[in-house]
Amino acid sequence: MTIEEVRQIILNILADIAPDEDISSIDDNTKLRDQIDLDSMDFLDIVMELRKRFNIEVPEKDYEHLATMAGCVSYLTPLLKGRSMAS
Amino acid sequence: MNKPSKDWLKGALSAYDTVVIGSGLAGMTSANLLAKLGHKVLLAEHHYNMGGMATWFKRKGGHIMDISLHGFPCGMIKTLRKYWSQDISSRVIQLKNVRFENPQFSLTTSFDKTDFTRILREHFGILKEVVDEFFVTARGMNFYDDMVMTTRDLFEKYFPGRTDVWRFLMEPITYANGSTLDDPALTYGIVFSNFMDKGVFTYQGGTDHLIKEMKRELIKNGVDIRTHCMVEKIYVEDKSVRGVRINGQDIQCRSVLSNSNLLTTIEQLTGEEHFQPEFIKEVKKVRLNNSSCQVYMGIKKGETVPNVGDLLFTSSADEYCTEKILSKDITSRTFSFYYPEIRPGSNRYSIVSSTNARYQDWASLSESQYKKDKHDLEQNTLDALDKYVPGIRDKVDHVEASTPKTFKRYTLHPSGTSFGTKFEGLKISRDLPKQIDGLFHAGSVGIIMSGWLGAANYGVIVANETDKFLRQVSPTLVTASA
Repeated sequence: MTIEEVRQIILNILADIAPDEDISSIDDNTKLRDQIDLDSMDFLDIVMELRKRFNIEVPEKDYEHLATMAGCVSYLTPLLKGRSMAS
Repeated sequence: MNKPSKDWLKGALSAYDTVVIGSGLAGMTSANLLAKLGHKVLLAEHHYNMGGMATWFKRKGGHIMDISLHGFPCGMIKTLRKYWSQDISSRVIQLKNVRFENPQFSLTTSFDKTDFTRILREHFGILKEVVDEFFVTARGMNFYDDMVMTTRDLFEKYFPGRTDVWRFLMEPITYANGSTLDDPALTYGIVFSNFMDKGVFTYQGGTDHLIKEMKRELIKNGVDIRTHCMVEKIYVEDKSVRGVRINGQDIQCRSVLSNSNLLTTIEQLTGEEHFQPEFIKEVKKVRLNNSSCQVYMGIKKGETVPNVGDLLFTSSADEYCTEKILSKDITSRTFSFYYPEIRPGSNRYSIVSSTNARYQDWASLSESQYKKDKHDLEQNTLDALDKYVPGIRDKVDHVEASTPKTFKRYTLHPSGTSFGTKFEGLKISRDLPKQIDGLFHAGSVGIIMSGWLGAANYGVIVANETDKFLRQVSPTLVTASA
């Protein structure tokens, strides 16, 4: 999966979790929760979705990597290497 | 035991991924989520109705009484949308008239930050800077803060000696989750801030409609729902969950998610012998929360009640006082008014009075004294309500009271606790899976995880842990939904 594809996956997940938010203009280097209305339950949803869709387990100590889009992409890209964008 | 007249487990599988014990909001929400994640889930409820404390009952004359419907934070809209459905979520409506009547003040509020700020300044004469700082402090509190500061300390810091302000800030939260001035301040701060975001809300259609819709979702997602099914035992071998006994029948499962009371789950269902002694030592320190008395008043068909508020916090006590609030000699009552808008088309009214109460005060009575005290509770409540709804006795044609004993009978919670355990229960609840593989608990533990929103969200948090566990023990489940 390419970096762009990984980014798209995160956007898809965010769109499901926060359907009322405009996610098209997300800045990759600013904290997600400063740009859209996300609480700790929403971050838990992201973790659950990653497990469900790709069998990726994000341990609690790594949650901080999910704070920005850039962080998500750099954390997840190696984990999704060689996978296709099936879901 | 009587021979069961019907086999309520007929057609059940011999094994499940998860057995969820109890269909309170935490149990139902976790069952729904786990099923959506691809697991085989059995949801066992001992009662004939689902919902736990989120329940209702019907009485002759077309009355429907809601036990705990009124007054959850707006966060419930999002939780219902994400973990249930858009349709269910879209029925949440705001309660705009929250009223206080007591010897210290008399006022009505929409119960949000803007209006509270106005009232604290104009009515109570608090400086804007102080109010703002209080809100910032309350909002900033989180789960990981220290627990030394109590709510009393917090109030004393910002509003020293102002027991009128304390009452204004505390009474509704006591109603919502049973917390007191002596509980950790952060448990107050988090819940108070949740409400202050946007106000208090309820579900249009009534509890019966909500639970019916949830049941439909559960079935759609493949949850095997079994009412009249009492889980009697959780089987543990080699520190791992193996199964459960329900109505005398053994069923295998790899995990149990108990929405039963925390202490019941450990001491009765599992058995202390399966836990480390140090853990049990901590379990023994967990305090149960208090219970409640309620009086349900059904208004005659054709009669009306003027809008005197959606939630009415009344007290005849001079000041807010935990002892008095729990006392059997009742001074404080919260009235929830269910107007016809709650069940559109029904054109019916009901009023429920709620009071915090101690189990021992009611359990220790002789049968005749219990009956008499219950009758007095009903009559005194009508007298108290008459002040706000004149002529109430001519308007009602059904009055009925519940006590902590009633709560115990229907929820099986020890001492009829209506708000689970105190805060120390949370750590025990979270640590269960470290003691026994596959054993999880979600339910009211310590205020944050209580109430409708707290219970449902805790169900999600624990379902996430359960899902993680199940995928570890059975990697074949991988991307079942992909």
